[in-house]
Amino acid sequence: MAQLTIREVINQVLHAEMERDSNLIMLGEDIVGGAGTAGGQEAIGGIWGTSTGLYDKFGAGRVIDTPISEATIIGTAAGAALAGKRAIAEIMFADFVGVCMDQIYNQVAKFRYMFGGHSTCPIVIRMAYGAGLNAAAQHSQAVYPLFTSIPGIKVVMPTTAADAKGLLTQAIRDDDPVIFLEGKMLYGVKGEVPDGEYLLPFGQARLAREGSDVSIVTCGQMVMFAEAAADAMAKDGISCDVIDIRTSSPMDEEAILDSVENTGRLVVVDESPPRCSLATDIAGLVASRAFSSLKAPIEMVTAPHTPIPFARELERAYLPNPTSIEAAARRTLGYR
Amino acid sequence: MQLPREALLRAYRQMKTIREFEERLHTEIAKGEIAGFTHLYGGQEAVAVGVCENLTDNDYIVSTHRGHGHCIAKGCDVKGMMLEIYGRRDGLCKGRAGSMHIADFSKGMLGANGIVGAGAPLAVGAGLAAKLDGEGSVSIAFSGDGACNQGTTFEALNMAVVLKLPVIFVFENNHYSEHTGASYAVGSGDVGARAAAFGMKVIKGNGCDFFDSYEVMREAVEHCRAGNGPISVELDTERFFGHFEGDPQRYRGKGELDRIREQRDCLKAFRSRVLEAGLLTEEALDQVDAEVLALIEESVDGARVGPVSLPEQVLEDVYISY
Repeated sequence: MAQLTIREVINQVLHAEMERDSNLIMLGEDIVGGAGTAGGQEAIGGIWGTSTGLYDKFGAGRVIDTPISEATIIGTAAGAALAGKRAIAEIMFADFVGVCMDQIYNQVAKFRYMFGGHSTCPIVIRMAYGAGLNAAAQHSQAVYPLFTSIPGIKVVMPTTAADAKGLLTQAIRDDDPVIFLEGKMLYGVKGEVPDGEYLLPFGQARLAREGSDVSIVTCGQMVMFAEAAADAMAKDGISCDVIDIRTSSPMDEEAILDSVENTGRLVVVDESPPRCSLATDIAGLVASRAFSSLKAPIEMVTAPHTPIPFARELERAYLPNPTSIEAAARRTLGYR
Repeated sequence: MQLPREALLRAYRQMKTIREFEERLHTEIAKGEIAGFTHLYGGQEAVAVGVCENLTDNDYIVSTHRGHGHCIAKGCDVKGMMLEIYGRRDGLCKGRAGSMHIADFSKGMLGANGIVGAGAPLAVGAGLAAKLDGEGSVSIAFSGDGACNQGTTFEALNMAVVLKLPVIFVFENNHYSEHTGASYAVGSGDVGARAAAFGMKVIKGNGCDFFDSYEVMREAVEHCRAGNGPISVELDTERFFGHFEGDPQRYRGKGELDRIREQRDCLKAFRSRVLEAGLLTEEALDQVDAEVLALIEESVDGARVGPVSLPEQVLEDVYISY
């Protein structure tokens, strides 16, 4: 077991998988950096530091810096996949998928089904998502509800270093398109990582805290806030299940239902705005399949229905936080 | 064309304001005073000012992520901008925009933009509105050599030609799309040729020289105001700072930053030109320098102590609430 950050893990997995499969290519903006400059190639290694060293090892043929052209980055990855390659495409900030949504939504996601099951599209689209860096409305969004709603793509968002290893390896070896979401606030999160080959199947939630009073179901950057809320309540003798769904498509419905059947109380925490969100999706699941277990109304802690503001104070007010999560959990406990 | 003394002084003041604004932000950001991502415009001042000195408040500009220079050149309030960049509630956009999304509609400044390539289509729309209004206004799309590779930019060029709109596509070629060189990322290497391929005239100029930028733009604005449809301008310029503040710029050549500051500084070029031609005096320019420095100082002082946004303001200006 090694202690690594999520940033380091992603880099190691990319190295290992590029080494393992000579049919795998990577492309994106500044994943190498410095092309066509006096400073030369390998100047950046990705602005998040996740693709360091790959160009030197695998060369320009397989580690490809592109112009700023998101639609064609995804199209190139997808076309190469239809023609027999496997590809990892990087969209620098998840928000930039606005530019390439057609390639994801109408192309990549449809191929296998629409073409009668005769094709697969083994691509991973990596992107950094989420608020917390005061990067304002077009560089901070938690885009997972958009993708989760699309049949034909898988949506993955690890929150620990070990999960990052298992899920990224799985994503790269998966024969279907995977959106792999990297939390900007999580790149520096450190943890124990299994040595050697390590794969985690999609659709298996992680129990981040175990308890019997309230189920807190969440994902991505909100997991650490949910854990903090659970830890705070533990001091008062309140014990919470904190469920990190890890993949929102496929989603581990059984883990959520089992937990709620045990606790009778559900708080869903979601970094995205409330409508058509993971929060409403999970609330709907529980309301329809575990209604009789509920002892209190389901609480949803989400961002407000607004774009993401810039100022520190405003972004802080925008995001769910341990205090708002704890308050919601206590409301479920205080019901009636 | 010889500009009158007042116009020369104003152009110099605008360029100097942009430069000092950016130099000061560079210092303050390094101290950790300012949140978020900031992309500085220093080095490119002759472009923004050369373009905007040909415009009025009735003309439109659509800017980029590197937008501070465009904002100042188009007349945005400097103190209001500084407050915005500090995220204060009295900022131009109430602290919601930050550096990357400053807008001032009273000045025809339709917004900086966080998405590379998003601006040109918006400028087409403003150009359509200007054409329908029939009052001779023009619309400017500022794009870099990075945005010139986005499909949205190609579509905008084509549609402006098809609809014969008063749009001027200003390509600021600073040789870097983020951390990648234009010599790699721009196929053919010729930014302006992209616009030419859609059938519009392209004028190229030196974007480190105010007078050249101004003249090129004067011709472009005349063309547009006369109802001749879109036109494109490519100005070759230099980015004195990184892609964003905090960028270690390892892609730069040895001595490159010193060399471009030495050889391609539009403020130095302006000074020597007007002094040699006897158009302005050293004293007059020094006085502008002092006034600009005082303005920036006041702006930073004001921004530092400006009232912060209140949490409930997250929900203001929302037209659907849940």
